[in-house]
Amino acid sequence: MSQHGTGVQKHALPVRIAHWMMALSILIMIGSGWRIYNASPIFSFSFPVWMTLGGNVRESLAWHGDPGVATAIAWHLAGMWLLGASFLLFVLWGIFSGHFWRDFLPVTPRSFLRDFIAAALFRLEHTLGRYNAVQKVFYWGVLALITVMIVSGIAIWKPVQTYPLLALFGGFQTARLVHFLAMSGIVAFLCVHLALVALVPSTLIAMITGRFGREPTLHSVVPPRPAGDVP
Amino acid sequence: MSLVRRNMLQRGFSLGALTLLTGCDISDNDVVQSWLARVSRWNDRVEEAIFNPDKLAPTFPEAQAVRNFRYNAWYGANLAPDLDPADYRLLLSGKIANKTPWTVDQLHALPQETQITRHICVEGWSMIGKWTGAPLSVFLNRIGADTTARYVGFECADGYYEGIDMPTALHPQTLMAFKLADEILPRAHGFPFKLRIPTKLGFKNPKFVTTIYVTDKMPRGYWSDRGYNWFSGS
Repeated sequence: MSQHGTGVQKHALPVRIAHWMMALSILIMIGSGWRIYNASPIFSFSFPVWMTLGGNVRESLAWHGDPGVATAIAWHLAGMWLLGASFLLFVLWGIFSGHFWRDFLPVTPRSFLRDFIAAALFRLEHTLGRYNAVQKVFYWGVLALITVMIVSGIAIWKPVQTYPLLALFGGFQTARLVHFLAMSGIVAFLCVHLALVALVPSTLIAMITGRFGREPTLHSVVPPRPAGDVP
Repeated sequence: MSLVRRNMLQRGFSLGALTLLTGCDISDNDVVQSWLARVSRWNDRVEEAIFNPDKLAPTFPEAQAVRNFRYNAWYGANLAPDLDPADYRLLLSGKIANKTPWTVDQLHALPQETQITRHICVEGWSMIGKWTGAPLSVFLNRIGADTTARYVGFECADGYYEGIDMPTALHPQTLMAFKLADEILPRAHGFPFKLRIPTKLGFKNPKFVTTIYVTDKMPRGYWSDRGYNWFSGS
């Protein structure tokens, strides 16, 4: 979103690469994380196995005496590198290209409240090439949640080697709880994010090709919509 | 909401479900498995690099130590090996100068220390326990083990096997634990001794150890043979 008022929304290539790498890694982390959670649930519920990542439970039990937790952990400890790399790329690009300051700021509690109420009443006016305050808050929120996710994840992965970090979370089990709650927040974000993409599919095209709006080739794929940009 | 939009919503959700479903299947793909194993070996090297041999695992006040420690194995506690202290011998092998087997009494005569540390299971549960025993480093020196070798391996009476890197073996908190909560180690917890390694996940703490060997070849581990990360340091 660097060109205001031209009618062409642009996502820079590094943003798109980081976005899709993050999308893939978050899918891996959530799927495998749910399988790991099931091995020792914090609450009185488990995730349906079909929603988790880690292979066929019955086969794994028969072969290894392990319900696919080994594979889930292998996914999780592989996915963490992808998540870390893509998040770093996204944040560094956001800071140094000016993307964060230009598109995610300014945002005030008053503007958030105003846009939130307007959005709830379906009266939010969209300006192409500009994020509304609700979107800005959501993006900062999910960036903060991923940060909490990574830091609490490191504390859980290496509780001794990074020790003071674990104390910051109040101990091992509370670090697990924080990790779980941050995941819940990210899942909630994804629900809204995907619902809005489904409502305005041209944003999906924009995140793939980098642009949408008055591009003739895109008109044939997706008709331009008055609603501009969504999370 | 328009019908078109509703259809798109539904399609969006079913696409997500499909991704997760195929995710289930791709885990069992051989290429995916070998790729995950390769990343796990890379993680071993990262963990080895960030392991600080001087960093101590946090210890806790006595009041936080659990008296009735959780039993954990792939078989029931009633099937745990019942080793007779009169017959028991700890066998030594590999790069060790004095390979004479050790009796339980000889082991108990080693200098002992007590630690109250958190046992962390790979599954996510954890428990603080009070363990008493001899530092493995003291024992390794006593038997003339080559501590320049890379690994120490363990064979157990229940068919379990594990291995650790030498820096972890020499870590001051790595104990041959003879007691749990001030009691001689109960049968289910690995009599005559278990390795208590607070810088490793629980499954890297073998029980009922019957053989210790020193080697440069990476020892296999019961659970790492089943896909868990080998180093599994904490």
